[in-house]
Amino acid sequence: MRIRYRLPVMLGAALLCGCVSSIDQVTKTDQSAVQMRSYQERAFDTADKEQTLRSVIATLQDLNFVLDKADVDLGTVTATKLSGYELRVTVTVRPRGDSQMLVRINAGYGEKAVKDLKFYRDFFTALEKAMFLTAHEVD
Amino acid sequence: MRARRTTWHGLMSATLIALGVLFVAGCETLPDNAMALSPDSLQQRQLQTRRVEGIDEKALLAASAGVLQDLGFNIDEAETRLGVIVASKKRSAIDTADIITSSLETLAVDLVFSLVFGDHFSDDGEISIDVTQKIRISIVTRPALDSSGQPRKDAQVIRVTIQRLVWDDDGNLTHAESVEDPKVYQKFFDRLSKSIFLELQAI
Repeated sequence: MRIRYRLPVMLGAALLCGCVSSIDQVTKTDQSAVQMRSYQERAFDTADKEQTLRSVIATLQDLNFVLDKADVDLGTVTATKLSGYELRVTVTVRPRGDSQMLVRINAGYGEKAVKDLKFYRDFFTALEKAMFLTAHEVD
Repeated sequence: MRARRTTWHGLMSATLIALGVLFVAGCETLPDNAMALSPDSLQQRQLQTRRVEGIDEKALLAASAGVLQDLGFNIDEAETRLGVIVASKKRSAIDTADIITSSLETLAVDLVFSLVFGDHFSDDGEISIDVTQKIRISIVTRPALDSSGQPRKDAQVIRVTIQRLVWDDDGNLTHAESVEDPKVYQKFFDRLSKSIFLELQAI
């Protein structure tokens, strides 16, 4: 039975998604880089990169993530949350001037990038608590 | 009679195709609270965290790697400067109690379908059971703070988070979940205490 319906289902899905070559997905985004950064990125008043990364990791653990990778030199942490769904995030930490750290997070859920503003706001709210610092919007 | 059955089947196939398309097109959305701290996050943190006295961070990480090896995990990633170790293992997920429950469920569903449609709709009579699981674990250490808020060299805090993915005999993913059972963490930390003891003996 499963095989009998596979073709109509695939055709239906193709129609819904529009006729786009799948290789275009490599460079496809729905929003401009500036737009995305406005909600994915915040600045914190600290010069301590390692401590910021440690706070990011602690926050992700509080949010039920298990880490995939961490690199202090590159300043990246990647983690996965499994809760009936699979959510994967990468957080980068890099210096901004001498007195600030820029924290950026991007997330993928299923086959899509997460664009929900509340999602990012919630992350930075949780991170603020772990850092004991305010997240500043970056212009 | 023949015509009626064809109509039924036509209707059912249309519904199935519509559902299939919705599913493939990804109508599922991420839960609203995916990134919000849950009310039980503090409790989870306590369950997953221990304070270890009389050890520096490197030695604690070494002891942690040791206990992971004791438990048959492979280390996927480590960044000692951030106190991070990530490991995983693949194991059997066959659970006898689970097999009995799912067989009964399948039987019940079959019965309902035969009653409603007067036909053996689920003609394959297949029972899926969970067979394989991948267990992932991340261990994160940090120096404990002294009374003036400075990091201590001789006391650490360690937090462990575990999750697992389970597949059935058709290779379909059936569970993707965080492990929240206190017993699992308790056992892990019992093992860790022994590994720390051995690590400190070796120094």
